[in-house]
Amino acid sequence: MSETKKFLFVNRKAPYGTIYAWESLEVILISAAFEQDVSLVFIDDGVFQIAKGQDTTELGIKNFSPTYNALGDYDVNKIYIEKESLDARGLTVDDLLKLTYEDEDDDWAEKDSIHVVSSAELVDIMDQQDVVLSF
Amino acid sequence: MKFGIQINEGPYTHEASTTALNFVSAAIEAGHEIFRVFFYHDGVNNGTRYTTPPQDDRNLVNAWSELAEKYNIDLVVCVAAAQRRGIIDKGEQERNGKDGNNIAPGFRISGLGQLIEAGIQSDRLVVFGD
Repeated sequence: MSETKKFLFVNRKAPYGTIYAWESLEVILISAAFEQDVSLVFIDDGVFQIAKGQDTTELGIKNFSPTYNALGDYDVNKIYIEKESLDARGLTVDDLLKLTYEDEDDDWAEKDSIHVVSSAELVDIMDQQDVVLSF
Repeated sequence: MKFGIQINEGPYTHEASTTALNFVSAAIEAGHEIFRVFFYHDGVNNGTRYTTPPQDDRNLVNAWSELAEKYNIDLVVCVAAAQRRGIIDKGEQERNGKDGNNIAPGFRISGLGQLIEAGIQSDRLVVFGD
């Protein structure tokens, strides 16, 4: 299967309370294994999925947020955060995990995967995709 | 047009499965092709033949099975989501030492790669459910 399509995963929900975030991450990892052109969007309460300092001890649920750090190794390095969603929740990019990748076209320089974009810019990003999956 | 379908909710709490069933029927009758229907999250609950709603309620599981048989549609239940929720076929029963299985006719259990393949092979992937 050599065909490559642009897949966008739209993550809209808080990491815990429902299983959508975790089962979305499972699909993202599989899509990367299929060597597709993968982008992620975090919007609404979905921005909490990549908040740093998560502690789920009291929940009895695995803290799966460290898994996002591995995305760069799977060539998943286009991660878009909606600015309006951060603002509405009093968050800034400093409250998020520092997700990076090594750019093989630039002597493996470490670069940020996270891009904070406006909802207007997100419209254009979504418009460029072949497949949009929302979770 | 070739459609891939993803269903994320079970048969009765949300309308997603009913809407998807109607969409699939209408698409086929309009001459379109359904590459695959993929059941994810609680959507895997559409694939248990143990579903027994009251007689005056619709049986969505049977409706999917009948539609699959009539039009030869590929109904795939995600294995990871299914294992969490107790949806089991004979192979999974034997692998996990369970005392029975409940997969409905016309459904099969397979991996998430089947969803990605549906995204690649279909002209449109349509997602139903919250």
